[in-house]
Amino acid sequence: MDILGHLAIGFGVALTPLNILHALIGCLLGTLIGVLPGIGPVATIAMLLPTTYALQPVSALIMLAGIYYGAQYGGSTTAILVNMPGETSSVVTCLDGYQMARKGQAGAALSIAALGSFFAGSVATVFVAGFSPPLSALALKFGPAEYFSLMVLGLIGSVVLAHGSLLKAIAMIILGLLMGIVGTDVNSGVQRFDFGIPELSDGLGITGVAMGLFGFSEIILNLESTEKRELVARKVRGLLPTFAQLKAAAPAVLRGTGIGSVLGILPGGGAMLSSFAAYALEKKLSKTPEEFGKGAIQGVAAPESANNAGAQTSFIPLLTLGIPENAVMAMMVGAMTIHNIQPGPQVITSNPQLFWGLIASMWVGNAMLVILNLPMIGMWIRLLTTPYRLLYPAILLFCSIGVYTVNNTSFDVMQTALFGLLGVLFVKLEMEPAPLLLGFVLGPMMEENLRRALLLSRGDPFVLFQRPISAGLLIAAALLIVVITLPNIRRTREEAFVEET
Amino acid sequence: MPFIRHPKDFWSGVLFIAVGGFALVYGSKYTIGSAARMGPGYFPRILGILLVALGAFILIRALRHDGPAVPRWKWRPTVLVIGGVIAFGYLVQWLGIALSTVMLIVLTSAASHEFRPKEAVISGVLLAALASLVFIVGLGVQLPIWPLQR
Repeated sequence: MDILGHLAIGFGVALTPLNILHALIGCLLGTLIGVLPGIGPVATIAMLLPTTYALQPVSALIMLAGIYYGAQYGGSTTAILVNMPGETSSVVTCLDGYQMARKGQAGAALSIAALGSFFAGSVATVFVAGFSPPLSALALKFGPAEYFSLMVLGLIGSVVLAHGSLLKAIAMIILGLLMGIVGTDVNSGVQRFDFGIPELSDGLGITGVAMGLFGFSEIILNLESTEKRELVARKVRGLLPTFAQLKAAAPAVLRGTGIGSVLGILPGGGAMLSSFAAYALEKKLSKTPEEFGKGAIQGVAAPESANNAGAQTSFIPLLTLGIPENAVMAMMVGAMTIHNIQPGPQVITSNPQLFWGLIASMWVGNAMLVILNLPMIGMWIRLLTTPYRLLYPAILLFCSIGVYTVNNTSFDVMQTALFGLLGVLFVKLEMEPAPLLLGFVLGPMMEENLRRALLLSRGDPFVLFQRPISAGLLIAAALLIVVITLPNIRRTREEAFVEET
Repeated sequence: MPFIRHPKDFWSGVLFIAVGGFALVYGSKYTIGSAARMGPGYFPRILGILLVALGAFILIRALRHDGPAVPRWKWRPTVLVIGGVIAFGYLVQWLGIALSTVMLIVLTSAASHEFRPKEAVISGVLLAALASLVFIVGLGVQLPIWPLQR
C-alpha cells in the first residue's frame, strides 16, 4: 500500500472523537508544562503513565506523544515572553525571541514560532510516514548481533548531548544498564539485585525512576535558587507578523524543518540538538549575522521549526527499530510495554492501526496547537504568573498519588522519592541522568540480544564484527566517540551549553 | 595543592566504583556461565567491571585536573520535599487522602523561601478536596478519604 493509503488508515484512527480528545489533552498538557519552567516532558509523561493504564494503547500513545511536541510549542512562549526556556529545546529561542518581545514584537515572534512549528510538524509527519516502512523492513532482517550493536550506537549517541565529561556520561549509561538488571532474569528465573524486597521482583518501575530523577530533583533544585521570573509583555497585541517578517522567516522555517527532520532521526538527536543546529546554521548563512541576538526573526523561526520537526522524527527509530534515542522516547518505550506492545519493526505490520494512527495524530495535534494556542495565548501568560510556591506542592501531590496507584504500594512512592534525592546528587556532581534512563530502558533488551548473539556464535564475541551491518553500527559508534572527543567539536559542544546557562 | 583537585569528578568516581564494586560482590552469588551459555551473573559482571574501571579512571583524573567545587547542598528543600513525599506514601492508606494531602502540601510548601503558612493550609484544603473528588470518587482509586475508614 502507498503512503496515502497508510495515512488514510491513520487518519481513520486519529480522527475518532475519543482519539481527538486524547490528542487535545496531550497537546494542552504539553503546552502547559512547556510554558511552566521547571517541569519537563519526561517527568510529565512519567506522571501521566499511570493514568493511561485504562486507555486503549493507541489513545495512550497519542496523548503521550502530544505532550512531547506540545511541550516544544509551549516552551517557545516562555522563552519569548520571560527570557527563560520552558524546555531545553527552547534555549536558543530566548536569544532572539526575548529581544523581539522587548521591541514590542512579542506577537509576531509568537505567531512565527507557532506557524513555523506547524509547518515543520506537517512536513515531519509526512517524513515519518515515508521513512518508517522501508526502515522497519530493513530492521526485520536484523539478528541479535545487529540489535546489540544498534543499541550500543544508540546509547553512545545519547552521550553526544551530555554536558561535560564524556567518560562520566558513559559511566552513567552503564549505571543505567545495571539498574535495568534489577528484578527477575527472564532466562533463569533468578531474582537479581532484589535485596529480598518483593516489590523489586518486577524490576525498578520506570515511572518512579523517571519521575524521581527528572521531576522531583528539578523541583528541589528550583527551590534552592531564589531568582525571580520577569514577564516582559503582559498583554500581547498584534499577533500577526507583517509581510516583510513572513518573507524573512520563510527560508529559515524551511531550513529549520530540514535540519530538524534529519537530526531527529540520528541517535542522540531530537528536539534539543535540532534547535541548536538550526540556530547556528541560520547565523552562519545570514548576510547580517550581527542582527542575531538582537531580535532577528530568523533566530526564532529556525530553531522553533527545527525542534518541532526533530521531536516528531525522533519517533522514527522508536517505531521502526524499537530503539529510543532520547529520554522522552525511553518513556514511550515504557508506555508501550505497559500496554504489552513490544516496540520494534513488527509494530508496523502487526499493529498498523496503532502505528499509522499515532503518526496521523501528530498532524492533527499540530493543527490543534495552532488553532488553540494563538488565541489562547493570554491564558498561558496568566498561568505563567502563578507563583511557583503554589504550583510545585500540587505537582508533588499529583506525582505521589500517581505513583502510589500504579501498584497500590507505599514502596513505589518511597522509591520515587529516593530517586529524587539521587537526581539532586547527580546534578550537584554534574552527572547526566538522561543516558542513565536510556541505559535503564535498554538494559534488559541488550542483555537478551547479547545472550542470543553469543549463543548462536557458540560464545565467539567476534560475531559482532563479522556480520557487516553489526560491524558497521559498531564502527559508527566508535567514530561518534572519536568525533565527540575531537578538540574543536568539544569546544563547540561546550559553547552550546554555555549559552544555555 | 589540595589532594582532590576536581571534587565533582572525584566523588562521581567514588560513586561509580562503589556501585560497580557492590554489583560485583553482591552479584557474585549468581551463576556466571560461559559466553555461549550466559548465566544470570554474566552481564552484571561485565557491567560491574566496566563501571569500576571507568570510575577509577575518572577518580584518578580528578587528582590531576582542576575543577569546580561541589555546590553547596541546601538541606531544607531536599529534606522537606523528600520527607514529605515519603511520609505521604506511608500515611495515606491510614490517614486517608484528605488529611495526608494537607500534610504533604504544608510540609512541601515550607521548603520554599517564600513560604506563607496560611496560604499553604488553604491550598492544602482545596487540593485535598480536589484530589478526593478526582482520584477517589472520579477514578475509583482504592484509598480511604478519612482516617481508618477501611
